[in-house]
Amino acid sequence: MEKFQTFTGVVAPLDRANVDTDAIIPKQFLKSIKRTGFGQNLFDEWRYLDHGEPGMDVSQRQLNPDFILNLPRYQSASILLARDNFGCGSSREHAPWALQDYGFKVIIAPSFADIFFNNCFKIGLLPIVLEVKFLDQLFREVNQTEGYALTVNLQDQVLIKSTGEHIPFTVDTFRKHCLLNGLDDIGLTLQHAEKIKAYEQKRREQQPWLFV
Amino acid sequence: MYTLYDKLWNQHLVHTESNDADSMALLYIDRHLIHEVTSPQAFESLKLAGRKPWRVNSILAVADHNVPTTGRNQGINDPVSRLQVDTLDENCEELGITEFKMHDMRQGIVHVIGPEQGATLPGMTVVCGDSHTSTHGAFGCLAFGIGTSEVEHVLATQCLLAKKSRTMRIVVEGKLGLGVTAKDIALAVIGKIGTAGGTGYAIEFAGSAIQSLSMEGRMTLCNMAIEAGARAGMVAVDDTTIEYIKGRPFAPQGDLWDRAVAYWRTLHSDADAEFDKSITLNAAEIRPQVTWGTSPEMVTTIDGCVPDPANVADQIKRHDMEQALKYMDLQPNTPIQSIMLDKIFIGSCTNSRIEDLRAAAEVIRDRHIAPTIKLALVVPGSGLVKQQAEKEGLDKIFVAAGFEWREPGCSMCLAMNDDRLSRGERCASTSNRNFEGRQGPGGRTHLVSPAMAAAAAVEGHFVDVSKFGIS
Ligand code: SF4
Repeated sequence: MEKFQTFTGVVAPLDRANVDTDAIIPKQFLKSIKRTGFGQNLFDEWRYLDHGEPGMDVSQRQLNPDFILNLPRYQSASILLARDNFGCGSSREHAPWALQDYGFKVIIAPSFADIFFNNCFKIGLLPIVLEVKFLDQLFREVNQTEGYALTVNLQDQVLIKSTGEHIPFTVDTFRKHCLLNGLDDIGLTLQHAEKIKAYEQKRREQQPWLFV
Repeated sequence: MYTLYDKLWNQHLVHTESNDADSMALLYIDRHLIHEVTSPQAFESLKLAGRKPWRVNSILAVADHNVPTTGRNQGINDPVSRLQVDTLDENCEELGITEFKMHDMRQGIVHVIGPEQGATLPGMTVVCGDSHTSTHGAFGCLAFGIGTSEVEHVLATQCLLAKKSRTMRIVVEGKLGLGVTAKDIALAVIGKIGTAGGTGYAIEFAGSAIQSLSMEGRMTLCNMAIEAGARAGMVAVDDTTIEYIKGRPFAPQGDLWDRAVAYWRTLHSDADAEFDKSITLNAAEIRPQVTWGTSPEMVTTIDGCVPDPANVADQIKRHDMEQALKYMDLQPNTPIQSIMLDKIFIGSCTNSRIEDLRAAAEVIRDRHIAPTIKLALVVPGSGLVKQQAEKEGLDKIFVAAGFEWREPGCSMCLAMNDDRLSRGERCASTSNRNFEGRQGPGGRTHLVSPAMAAAAAVEGHFVDVSKFGIS
């Protein structure tokens, strides 16, 4: 995993609640056995006017001019503003893979679905929970200002506006540590291998039926 | 003073950084279920890192999402689907993982076969790269869905990094009305608390109405806990649980059985346990449910009408409703019973067990699907469910009524194989998600119970199943 570094990026607004993982990456694209290449099909049903299937050349497909991410002003966006319960539905990690592959590094919403939220951290995509009043304000400012950008500083846990205004956010200490250092958490867990073995041995004695 | 969730959590705790409730813990995983869609990338990374599965006999694998439900002996037509299923087969063979292959009688939807085989046992932690893993909580275990990176983490370490959830108890007291099922309880709960109502919580379902549910019913209910936002749903162990498990292939036997049962009997919340949140529903007030929108919380009763966004003050909510109605091509205030259907789907990990098929068969016995119904499908949850249904003659009842009787798999629940809705088609479905495009691009899904789906098939539109002379 790459280290998460402070960056400044263009913000795109997706003003819908309950955006589910089927919408983020429709199931026909889950047939891949790879982790990459999902970005071109991010929000496929909303983004294109025709029906997408794996293997299609997306440059030949007709874009939906009304879909927000297709507007020229959001083309280089790396921060996504969203609404409540973002990422609900299936556990597919393909959803965060698609968002990351498209170019997003940060998703900001008032709430996220649990599994999606977890999955993001595992791949170095940062989901930030902000109070609705801050989000409302960000949505307003993004809509009003072309090229609206934010700086994301994970170390200090702040979003910085171009005006210099700071919005603090909270993040779990362990997850922050992993993101900042690009740590593989399997490696971290295996440092406890002896503890896991000891636990296993104890369970084997107490509940042998689990180990047959 | 412990909740069932606390007991399960404490039992599996391997390590915590601190005693702070908010800190990450290392939880031991007893059962790891695997399917073809969310595992290939995990196996690949595991290999690249030069690692091996920690405990192979904790893993049970099956292909379900992509498998065809007809003409199986010709193999899988779609090369991309085939590659995924082949990749699962290869990974399992190479690592010595038990897998029920496509032609195995025991093959089926992962959340149906786990319990059916006794591979899901009370007191276990059960994970799978699939959000509906919550299903297994019906057995008094801690079961939840994980992402692909976590699948790899469990393969490599037999553990998962997790944070303790808050606890919610949903109590349903009383007796369910005629034709009202676990599916209706689930939808009524989601209608009440919303699809994010359970976010951050582990839900325990309790109360006399839950205790009188069969294991199939409890699984249906826990299956939908994730649609209420809760990663895990659970029901305490009782005689019904133990009765169900007895004699299943992976269940303990002899001496071990008695020891296991003694432990399982402790798997309930203590009388004085405190929950972070409690909700109570009166079973008698629950009516058969039908969803009208593109989220399971967009639900009403069979006697109801499509709601009018104009009556909703919250701007975001109103906007979502308008969008849903547009997608569903429905007008506000339309009576639910007047909605005409094109297709019927009875199946999915929510409602494809033997009891579900019996309930649907009872409704359509000696009746026929309406001429306006283009396709009515029954997809059993596993090969063994299918076999049992055929032994009882249910397949003949379905076929005589105009239904197609298929091979087990996820099928039209998510339309990764050839079973799907065409653009604009409207379906009564016993599955769990009515998201846009879920059953096929442009397809419109209404979630209902199996009995309600069967009744709708007969009439061609939604109808109150209690008028069908069922028992
Ligand atoms: S039946 Fe549907 S919800 Fe269940 S595992 Fe299969 S695709 Fe997922």
